[in-house]
Amino acid sequence: MKLKGWKEVAPGAVIDKAGSAAEFKTGSWRSFRPIWKEENCIQCLFCWIYCPDMSVKVKDGKRAEFDYDYCKGCGICALECPGKKGKKAIIMVEEGK
Amino acid sequence: MAKVVAVTGNEAVANALRQVNPDVCAVYPITPQTEMMQRFSSFISNGKVKTEIILVESEHSSMSACVGASAAGGRVITATSSQGLALMWEVLYIASGLRLPIIMPVVNRALSAPLSIHGDHSDAMGARDTGWIQLWSENAQEAYDNAIQSFRIGEHMDIRLPAMVCMDGFIISHSIERIEYLEDNEVKDFVGEFKATYPLLDIEHPVSYGPLILPDYYMEFRKAQDEVESKVAGIVLEVAKDFEKLSGRKYGLFETYRLEDAEIGLVILNSAAGTSKDVVDEFRNKGIRAGLLKPRLYRPFPYREIGEALKHLKAVCVLDRADAFGSSFGPLYSDIASSLYHFPERPFLLNKIYGLGGRDYMPFHAEMVLNELVEITRTGHVKMPKEYIGVRE
Repeated sequence: MKLKGWKEVAPGAVIDKAGSAAEFKTGSWRSFRPIWKEENCIQCLFCWIYCPDMSVKVKDGKRAEFDYDYCKGCGICALECPGKKGKKAIIMVEEGK
Repeated sequence: MAKVVAVTGNEAVANALRQVNPDVCAVYPITPQTEMMQRFSSFISNGKVKTEIILVESEHSSMSACVGASAAGGRVITATSSQGLALMWEVLYIASGLRLPIIMPVVNRALSAPLSIHGDHSDAMGARDTGWIQLWSENAQEAYDNAIQSFRIGEHMDIRLPAMVCMDGFIISHSIERIEYLEDNEVKDFVGEFKATYPLLDIEHPVSYGPLILPDYYMEFRKAQDEVESKVAGIVLEVAKDFEKLSGRKYGLFETYRLEDAEIGLVILNSAAGTSKDVVDEFRNKGIRAGLLKPRLYRPFPYREIGEALKHLKAVCVLDRADAFGSSFGPLYSDIASSLYHFPERPFLLNKIYGLGGRDYMPFHAEMVLNELVEITRTGHVKMPKEYIGVRE
C-alpha cells in the first residue's frame, strides 16, 4: 500500500469513515496465541463477553473459532475460561512454537 | 455606533465573550482571571448569553472539557492564568493537534515557586510552542478587540487552530480604562455563525478523534501542522482589515512606533509598551531617533516581517517579562535574534529581563535602556548581552 504524503493526511488526524478499524489488522502484535479446545468448552461464552476486542466469534449461539486477524493475545479469555472438570477450553501458546 | 465605557480589562473581555455568545465554556477560577469569568457567569445567570457553563475541578479538566465540546461541534471558550495554564499543558497540545478552534483569554501572571499572583509573562511564554495562536494586548481595548478577532482567526477554515488572547494581570485585567464597545449585532455579524468541522454530534456522519498514529504517519501529521502555522499571519491580517472597517481601529502582526527612521529601538510586549512609547517620545524630543516594536501575533512568530522591520536599526533592546531559564536569553529575545540573523547587516542586540512577578516597569527603566543603546551606537560595544533590570543587588 502506498503511504500518503503530508499534504494528503486528514486535518487533526480525524477519521471520517466509520468502521475503519477493520482495515487495521492488529493480530500481528500478538506474542501469545489463544487455542480453543472444543472438547473442554461448556459454551458459557465468558470468552466472548470478556474479549476487549471482537476476536471471539459466535455462530448460531455457539462458540466459533478465534478471529486471529484482530486478537492481540491479551489472554483474558484464557484466564476467565472456567473449562470443564479443571481443564481449560482456552490455552495460550507462544507464537512461533 | 460605538459605546464608550469605563471598565476593567477583565470586564471588557467578558463583554466581548458575551457578545460572541459561545456554545460552551468550561472554566476553573484563578487570580487574576477569576473576575472575567465571574462576570461572564453573571451574564449567563442573568440570561444575557446562552452559553452552557461547565464548572470543573481543575484546569486540566477545563481544557479537557473544552476539547470534548469543541470536537462535539460547539464554539468553545475558557480562560486562565499562571498555574492554571501550566496545569493545562498536555491538553493544550491535544487541542491544537486535533485542530479545535478553542478561544482562551490568558491573563498573564507569574509562575510559582515562589508563589506570586502578580503579572508577568512566564505563563503564556511556557505555552508558546504548543501550537496555539497567541495574540498579545497592550491595554483593555486591544484585549477586547483581540478577543473578538481571535474567533474569526482561529475558526478560519484554512487553519482551525485554538487561540490565546494575552493581557497583563492586574495592570490591565483590574485597571479601569476607557473602552469603545462595538454593538452586540456588529460583533455577532463580524464573528458569524460557527461552522463545525467533523462534529462528533453529527451521528449521520460518525467520526473518530484522537487515534493512535504510528511512526509511519506521525511525522506527516506534524509537517501538515507546521504548514498550517504558516497560513496564520495572512489570516490575522485579513481579519484585521475587516475589523478596521467595523471599528476604525487598525491592527497588524505587530505595531511599530516611530520605527521607520529610528536608529535605536525597543522590542516589548503588552502593557509596558505603553510606558515605553512615552519615553521614546521624550528621546525624539531630544533629537534622538528612537523607536519601538510591539509584537501582537507572537505565535506563530512572523519572523520575516519582524526581521524586515528591525534590520535597519543600529541597536535594539528586547525586553522580556519572563526568563527562559537555561536558554541564556529571554524567550522574546531568542525569537527576535532568529528573525535578524539572516540579514548580513543587523543591529546590535541586547536583552533585559524586567517586571517579573508584578515588579513595576517605570519610565526611567526605558530611559536607562535607551541611553545604553545610544552608547552602543557610539562605541560599537555591548557590555552585557543579557541583564535583569529593576532588581536589587
